[in-house]
Amino acid sequence: MTREKLVVIGNGMAGMKAVEELLSACPERYEITVFGAEPYGNYNRIMLSPVLCGEKTIDEIMINDRQWYQDNDIVLHAGPDKQITEIDRRRRKVISRDGTEARYDKLLVATGSKPFIIPLPGHQLDGVIAFRDIFDVNTMLSYAVTRRHAVVLGGGLLGLEAANGLKQQGMEVTVVHNCSTLLNRQLDANAAELLRAEFEARGIGFMMEADTKELIADDSGHVAAVKFGDGTELPCDLFVMAVGVKPNFDLAKSAGIHCERGIVVNDTLQTFDPSIYAVGECVQHRGMTFGMVAPVFEQAKVCANHLSGHGVAEYKTLPNATKLKVTGINLFSVGDFNGDSDCDVLEFHDPELNVYKRLVLRADRVIGAVLYGDTLDGSWYQTLMESEQDVSAIRSVLLFGQRYADKFVEDVIPAALQEVA
Amino acid sequence: MSQSSCKTIKTTCAYCGVGCGIEASVNETERQVLINGDDNHPANFGRLCSKGSSLGETIDVSSRLLTPYIGQQATDWNTALDAVASTFSQIIAEHGPDSVAIYGSGQLLTEDYYVANKLMKGFIGSANIDTNSRLCMSSAVSGHKRAFGTDTVPNCYDDLELADLVVITGSNMAWCHPISYQRIRAAKAKNPNMRVVVIDPRRTATCDIADLHLPLAGGSDVVLFNGLLNHLVNGQYLQQEYIDNHTQGFAEAVAAAQQDAGDLAEVALRTRLSERDLVTFYNWFAETDKVVTAYSQGVKQSSSGVDKVNSILNCHLATGRIGKPGAGPLSMTGQPNAMGGREVGGLATTLAAHMEFNIDGDTDRVARFWNAANMATKPGLPAVELFEAIAAGKIKAVWIMATNPVVSLPNADQVKAALQQCPFVVVSDCVANTDTLELAHIKLPAQGWSEKDGIVTNSERRLSHQRALLPPAGEAKPDWWIISQVGQRLGFKDAFNYQHQVEIFREHAALSGFENSSEQRLRDFDISAFANISQQQYEDFEPIQWPVNQQYPNGKERFFADGQFYTPNRKANFIALTGRAPGNLPDQEYPLVLNTGRLRDQWHTMTRSALAPRLNQHRPEPFVEVNPQDAAKYGLKDGHIAHLQSRWGQMYARVNVSESQVAGDVFVPMHWTEQYASKGRMGAVVNPVVDPVSGQPESKHTPIRIAPYQAEWHGFVLSRQPLPDAGIDYQVKVNCQGYLRYELAGYDQSSLSIDWVKQWLSQVYPALSWQYLDDAKLGLLRVAGYQGNSLMFVLCIATTPDIRMLPERNFLSSLFAKSQLQPDERLALLSGLPTAGAEDTGAQVCACFNVGEKTIRKAIRENGLTSYQEVGKCCKAGTNCGSCVPEIKTILASMVETQPA
Repeated sequence: MTREKLVVIGNGMAGMKAVEELLSACPERYEITVFGAEPYGNYNRIMLSPVLCGEKTIDEIMINDRQWYQDNDIVLHAGPDKQITEIDRRRRKVISRDGTEARYDKLLVATGSKPFIIPLPGHQLDGVIAFRDIFDVNTMLSYAVTRRHAVVLGGGLLGLEAANGLKQQGMEVTVVHNCSTLLNRQLDANAAELLRAEFEARGIGFMMEADTKELIADDSGHVAAVKFGDGTELPCDLFVMAVGVKPNFDLAKSAGIHCERGIVVNDTLQTFDPSIYAVGECVQHRGMTFGMVAPVFEQAKVCANHLSGHGVAEYKTLPNATKLKVTGINLFSVGDFNGDSDCDVLEFHDPELNVYKRLVLRADRVIGAVLYGDTLDGSWYQTLMESEQDVSAIRSVLLFGQRYADKFVEDVIPAALQEVA
Repeated sequence: MSQSSCKTIKTTCAYCGVGCGIEASVNETERQVLINGDDNHPANFGRLCSKGSSLGETIDVSSRLLTPYIGQQATDWNTALDAVASTFSQIIAEHGPDSVAIYGSGQLLTEDYYVANKLMKGFIGSANIDTNSRLCMSSAVSGHKRAFGTDTVPNCYDDLELADLVVITGSNMAWCHPISYQRIRAAKAKNPNMRVVVIDPRRTATCDIADLHLPLAGGSDVVLFNGLLNHLVNGQYLQQEYIDNHTQGFAEAVAAAQQDAGDLAEVALRTRLSERDLVTFYNWFAETDKVVTAYSQGVKQSSSGVDKVNSILNCHLATGRIGKPGAGPLSMTGQPNAMGGREVGGLATTLAAHMEFNIDGDTDRVARFWNAANMATKPGLPAVELFEAIAAGKIKAVWIMATNPVVSLPNADQVKAALQQCPFVVVSDCVANTDTLELAHIKLPAQGWSEKDGIVTNSERRLSHQRALLPPAGEAKPDWWIISQVGQRLGFKDAFNYQHQVEIFREHAALSGFENSSEQRLRDFDISAFANISQQQYEDFEPIQWPVNQQYPNGKERFFADGQFYTPNRKANFIALTGRAPGNLPDQEYPLVLNTGRLRDQWHTMTRSALAPRLNQHRPEPFVEVNPQDAAKYGLKDGHIAHLQSRWGQMYARVNVSESQVAGDVFVPMHWTEQYASKGRMGAVVNPVVDPVSGQPESKHTPIRIAPYQAEWHGFVLSRQPLPDAGIDYQVKVNCQGYLRYELAGYDQSSLSIDWVKQWLSQVYPALSWQYLDDAKLGLLRVAGYQGNSLMFVLCIATTPDIRMLPERNFLSSLFAKSQLQPDERLALLSGLPTAGAEDTGAQVCACFNVGEKTIRKAIRENGLTSYQEVGKCCKAGTNCGSCVPEIKTILASMVETQPA
């Protein structure tokens, strides 16, 4: 029997997760071709931070090396030349920069996201980079050998991971953030303060609520300093922009696939073209875009379910949890950690142990959590949140986690009921 | 304790009137004392109750008054004594001797008491010396005097064991005189014919051994015993020969009793008892020769206290059952030396050595013996009137010794106000902080138990030597020394030139024998055999019952079997009695009756007993016991806080819903002071009604109303350091092992914030690392403070005391035993739940061996135990003082019920 042709654009985590799922669901169904713009197999992008820190090597973060593609009879086209430049939907084929073509019966677009670059004066200077891939990591590692001053723009997850890595590599690092709280999309002010204190203790500097005006070059066109709105300057040999990512949907859009802030997909991850699916950070599902691994993997599973012909799974956007990949810092954030006036906020603080926990409840259900320092029960809170369980009975021990809640249910609640009776 | 530095000293217990003997192993260098019962002491034969057993935990000097103070200024003895003497002199010179007063205590030793009485009555020239014994047993004194012509306890403790019927009336003996109670329990186990009747409005722990419990209406005792007298007359159970030869006034007494209680149905109505129970009791009493009626404050603290005493004595006289082995009345006194106080005449209404103002020649006799400079010739003011006179400005200087009237007197807020405006208040005490000391102009540090040395007398007239075990704390001095020093400074050098307490004891003994004969003035109290006691003999003093004189060199167990009384014609008096209602009756506004009393593990105003952590575990907070019906009627919930209000004052207490309380009656313990409970002083609520004869207050009967305290929040703090007053409605302190526990409740929601907690606790803990849990919507706040990894305090607050919101204290308390907490313990601490592996033993049941309820339940469950004896064998609980046996039995009973058949 002739196999259907599946082409995957994007050799990242989302696309390859879908392929893996597909291989296990219907190994014989597709003849698979993968195009990737990076010259590697499939690696765990989340682990780039440990690589930057020197805690892991690139080999160690590989999910699937080239051998795996061979073993599974997958054609891999990897490298800058193999970047797809055109989708010919009429002929059902894709064409790469170097002219390589591949026909498809089903196309899976997994082009991910690209770093957001603020068009500051000087953003094109040498020494100004993003933190997105192995190339960026290698750049940073080489700068760390010869240069001294690193400035990271952006106090989000990626920025902090980059700052930590550069510090580990011996650079003097300052994080420049335009907001008063770090990780302001994942943390409330309390947790953010703890986090900042922890980074400061590691020797990383911060400029909060900073108004970055321009990057100043040296004689050779290399970045030399950062200039701020108040006129002050900061010496800078390496400027890392880590101010967020945006879905990479230019290719899809140019092929006439319906896009808004991302490639619009339905609950089966199908685009407006029935033979084209999309997963990962490039998609927009029910108005939302994605930056975390958990929903992306979930998308990959649902997509594979449909590509394999089972066609029963539906993707639901679930609250996703954040974990910061910095050794020694445990941080977990999920859902709506701010809440509104209808919400109840439960907090636990132990500044000396560097532990902070915050739960947000609405109508006796967990709708958000921030855990700092002790994240053991993060997944339990997430489960409570997803299952919308009424937690009023265990509320007084909720912050101490599942073990204590179980104990409370076993020992205290029966005793209390006995007392009342 | 190393053997070499240990010595064994025999002494007596500091607490109740049973007067148990103690054998103390003393390590002076470590200031440690190990307490054991004295096997040879006739009061206890080696047994001790939970309080006595814990005396070793009360000798820490940290709470002691260590030096004299004038105002807030520490000073030396000379300056302080000069100030006391000169101010007293000046006030006496200006306003006369009756403008000054001494208010003493049954805690004083006989020698202290003797010197205070001598100074006041013989040298200052006023009888304004009264004592807290007025609150405790003055109705017994008056009742004895009316019937016997003198204040004599006719029987002894052995009679509790020899009797076939023990009537315990107005006494929770199981808690208040535990060792006497244990003796009855043991005797009853051996003697199948022995029966016990308990007469008490409350179903107390004492009822555990009762064959019959009569929950009579408060104050109806006279009617009950008048009914008994009628029954004895009607059934011809009288000892006519004894009545004819040795008594007078019988016909009048019977007539009055018939008038008052001739109709059984009416007696039943007035006493709130069933006719069947009444008849049972009357028959048992009538048909049992060996009857002992043991009575205590439930009888005496009443506006008809003296009549109640005489109604009991009438029945014993009518049957000739007095002063015989196993038969007679026995007044149980509250304090360790209340009896010694009676002997030296420490009450305003008596002279000395059982002599009386109203008996011709006595005043002169005492004056001659003392060579008195200014002999008082008329009685002084009894306690309640004395403080009213202070309030009225008639008494301008008062010296309070070893007692805490701001707490213990009725209408105590008025007492406080009186002392606040009194020009000169001197307080001698062994502790540094009491509600009364706070009002003192001069504070004098007295020696406490374990330091002071002298003679005490227990409820069966037995003199024992309470000995010093340790050197005094700081500058503390014996009370007799302090009083003598002031006496000398007042110009009475020779009369108060004592160098050693034995000199005082000799003088006291000599006075008791002075002109004491049938030719001169015969008195029961005679210890003249000790008039020349040597110092060595005094040191070696063995317990002995008075009289001790030529006729009875080895003492005497019983009085009056021979029918020889101390009235002029040597006949006993029957007293014609009519039952009277208590002074204030409940009405619509104040519909409930407040009863007060002691707890098992506390003593008086807790200045000592509360220092022993294990004694604070049994009942850690002031509580009010209410019947379930009343709880429902007034919206009270068990474990919540109630507000009690009388016409005189108010207090807060934790609600304890209990079937042991009759509907319409409530009970609160007497012990709590402002040192331990911000608003838990029962004395503030109690009405200032007194018995017209004895002056003893009616502390057992005050109309009150009760309402739930609408606390917005409840909580507790466990803290290594004492905390300041938080200014909230309910703050109760409990001393525990290595930490203090504060129970809290408040109305103000702003206290539910971490900022409020920080503001309060930062005063004590300026530099701690803080940990907290905050659920503002639910009103849940938990805060802990650490120094390094050592837990310094933990606070838990919730809008309800439900254990689902407010964790149980036991587990959190256990963490104070650890010097360091592991990180996982610290992270889980505020959950209030043990980390894996920690065992929770439950609420303490046995204070002696610190055995918890869960431990007992486990032992019962795992070993199939069916009796408290087996429980005792298994986990020691209940095997020492036995006070917790009723509770163990309750636990056993509850487990039988729940076990599958």
